[in-house]
Amino acid sequence: MDGVSIPLDHVLLLSALLFICGLLGLMMRRNIIFILVSLEVMLNSSAVAFVAAGARWGQADGQIVFMLILAVAAAEVAVGLGLVLQIQRRFKSLDMDDANRMRG
Amino acid sequence: MLELVLFYMASTIALVSTILALTRANATHALIYLILSLLAVAVIFYLIGAPFAAALEVVIYAGAIMVLFIFVIMMLNLGEKGDRREKQLLKPQVWIVPVIFALVLLVELVLVLSQSEPATTQGLVTAKQVGLTLFGPYVIAVEIASMLLLAGLVGAYHLGRRYLEEGREAKATRDKGHQISQEGVR
Amino acid sequence: MLKLLPLIPLFPLVSSILLMVTLGKMPRRVVAILGAGSVGLAAVVTVLVGLTFMASGQPHHQVLWTWMRVGDFSPDIAFYLDGLTLVMMSVITGVGFLIHLFSTEFMEDDVSFSRYFAYLNMFVFAMLILVMADNLLLLYLGWEGVGACSYLLIGFWYQDPANGAAARKAFVVTRIGDAAMAVGLFLLLTELGTLDIQPLTEVAKSKWQVGDTLPLIACLLLLGGAVGKSAQLPLHTWLPDAMAGPTPVSALIHAATMVTAGVYLIARTHELFLLAPIAMLVVAFVGLITSLMAAFTALNQHDIKRILAYSTISQIGYMFLALGVGAWAAGIFHLVTHAFFKALLFLAAGAVIHCLHHEHNIFNMGGLRTRLPVVFWSFLIGSAALAALPLTSGFFSKDMILLQAYKLPGAGPWLWVGGLLGALLTAIYSFRLVFVVFFGEAKMEPDKLPGIRMALPLSVLCALSIVGGWFALPLSSVFPATGDHHPSHLVEGISIAIPLIGLAIAYLIFLGGQLNVEGLVNSSGGQRLKKFWFSGWAIDWLYDQLWVRPYKFLALILKRECVDDIYNTIVSFSQFLFMALSHTQTGRLRWYATSMVFGLILVIALLQGVIR
Repeated sequence: MDGVSIPLDHVLLLSALLFICGLLGLMMRRNIIFILVSLEVMLNSSAVAFVAAGARWGQADGQIVFMLILAVAAAEVAVGLGLVLQIQRRFKSLDMDDANRMRG
Repeated sequence: MLELVLFYMASTIALVSTILALTRANATHALIYLILSLLAVAVIFYLIGAPFAAALEVVIYAGAIMVLFIFVIMMLNLGEKGDRREKQLLKPQVWIVPVIFALVLLVELVLVLSQSEPATTQGLVTAKQVGLTLFGPYVIAVEIASMLLLAGLVGAYHLGRRYLEEGREAKATRDKGHQISQEGVR
Repeated sequence: MLKLLPLIPLFPLVSSILLMVTLGKMPRRVVAILGAGSVGLAAVVTVLVGLTFMASGQPHHQVLWTWMRVGDFSPDIAFYLDGLTLVMMSVITGVGFLIHLFSTEFMEDDVSFSRYFAYLNMFVFAMLILVMADNLLLLYLGWEGVGACSYLLIGFWYQDPANGAAARKAFVVTRIGDAAMAVGLFLLLTELGTLDIQPLTEVAKSKWQVGDTLPLIACLLLLGGAVGKSAQLPLHTWLPDAMAGPTPVSALIHAATMVTAGVYLIARTHELFLLAPIAMLVVAFVGLITSLMAAFTALNQHDIKRILAYSTISQIGYMFLALGVGAWAAGIFHLVTHAFFKALLFLAAGAVIHCLHHEHNIFNMGGLRTRLPVVFWSFLIGSAALAALPLTSGFFSKDMILLQAYKLPGAGPWLWVGGLLGALLTAIYSFRLVFVVFFGEAKMEPDKLPGIRMALPLSVLCALSIVGGWFALPLSSVFPATGDHHPSHLVEGISIAIPLIGLAIAYLIFLGGQLNVEGLVNSSGGQRLKKFWFSGWAIDWLYDQLWVRPYKFLALILKRECVDDIYNTIVSFSQFLFMALSHTQTGRLRWYATSMVFGLILVIALLQGVIR
């Protein structure tokens, strides 16, 4: 269980693929719940990249950044879900295309 | 060797479950797939020598945060109508541009990755090391994170409270109107 | 007794401020006593101070306080009393008092009686400051003060827009000269380091040689101010229009005192002008040309006040001629006699206007000799003095000017001939006025006779117009002595004869009818010339073409704000961009996310390109 043998490139590629998945979800979904889920996926993918980088050098810093990302994700989800409640109340819908009052 | 096999398996599971999670119409199903994806990522963390991060991934991400999601979905009590609408809207003109962009971005990222020297992950980073570093050089980051969480707490409380209060008020006015109409009948 | 000097301007100032702050709530009798009395008191103090000064003969210098302190420059509020100041002060307070007295009757029906005296007293105060000032800066304060009062009094009857326009014209035209004068003062300050008149002349004499360029420029700039204030060519156009004000105002400001401020200024700084012979020559020719042009114009006017206005311009031209040829004392002498007889003429004209329902056209008058005898005699004496008939005050002063002009080497005889022509014209137009207004058949009946408050100042001024030239003014200590050798008897004889010839011509044309000029006047050339002269040599038209119209044209162009077009283009371009970009504000989260990804792609591509 020393983890030496895993190529860094592959971990980073996984991270990139996960990020692209999250991005696609963000761009294509209209439901605010799925938009938040996409954001979680993207945050998680970047966390993978950080932890992998930390593992590459055998340092703890990558994991610390992962923990910060956790904190950010927690805060973001808390506020984001609060907003979801508001949006549901105001627009009677979770479709973000209905919440387009800021149209120029 | 075993680790490599486990790594590729976990990676495949993570990718596939993520794709499934993001293409579901039903939010609860999507969340189940997302939890699966997060657990797979936790395995990867474990494999690349970060067991503490893997534990946190399971406990906080797959546990706490996802539970929040599920609570909210239950509160909103989403019906079947939204699901149908969501399925309808996945037409080519909706996804063609994002997909092209995403592919271009992926190509760019792969190009960037290919420039780097080949390297492998090395060694185990224990929870003790992480803790020492976190409360040593990174103590300011801990403070910042605590403040961020506090802000998130206050924000969530504020937003959620108004939702609840207004719901109560609406109920109160409804009751009152009922009373008045009854009085009118009398 | 000389310590009483500051009281002289103080009386009119206090009275003016009192009249202003009471907003016309005081009874008319009190206003009249306050307005005229304050100037009367000032006149009394002037006499006392004058007697003391004459006894000692020494210039008196009195510093009240330091006005301001800016670096090395610290002008004082200080007065300087010498012969010239005394003469000017006497004229201002003396003639001023008579005119105030006259005004109390002339303006008694006016609703703004109090405002009138407030302005008039303020004017007297400013004029006194002007002549008493020890430094040129304080002089400039008085200079602008009289300009402001002149503006206020010309536009006194502001309900008529024409009066307001006349006031504006006077203000703007004199401002042109004042700007030149201010520049001149700056030049003197930077070059000589002081504006106190006495040290200034000392420094100038030691620093500059006769004929240097700097004193020439400084003198020409000062001359610009003098020309504007004294209504000389080319800034004379405001004075005829200034007759829109009440007639006593014309008498005080636009005949006796303010318009002669330019003469005073040049006389006060005569040491500087002596350093610039070319500037002196310019002064002489400006004076001569102005006096001739104004005299020709005066011949053709039919508004009684405009005739007198052009006559004033002409007479001040004589004073400038005197200053230009170095006959300082003669110029000031003419200033004093002119103040007497022109104030007399204006007041008499005011009495005529007052008694004839505000009629101004002399051809609607006539035969007033028997109906208004006091006014007739005043007018006759005033005209005689104006025409310089022998033994009147005007005769002595004008004779002195002409003789000294004749003595000037070089251009002297030419100036003399021009002056004689002017004197001839003066005699003709002044007696034309007398004959047309007071002789012949009556066309209007006066509805009232001048009261005692009008008759008294007229009588006093009559006496002064006659005897005013019999005494020497205490100017010998102020100005350098001029040679006293008399020119030939022929020259002197011609000088005496010319006004008489003019009187005869006027008699033959306008009263006796022996000399018929109708044919000449009615010929097409004559008509055209008459029209030309009537319009004052078409100077107003010329200025209108030269300055007013181009300015208005420019204003019209700038009204479109061509400079703003640049900014408007920027604004409309920004608005266009805004319109275009606001379409990207769809309000859709997905659209925004996609845009961000697009930007991300670009940034990464760029960074990769840069790294490679």
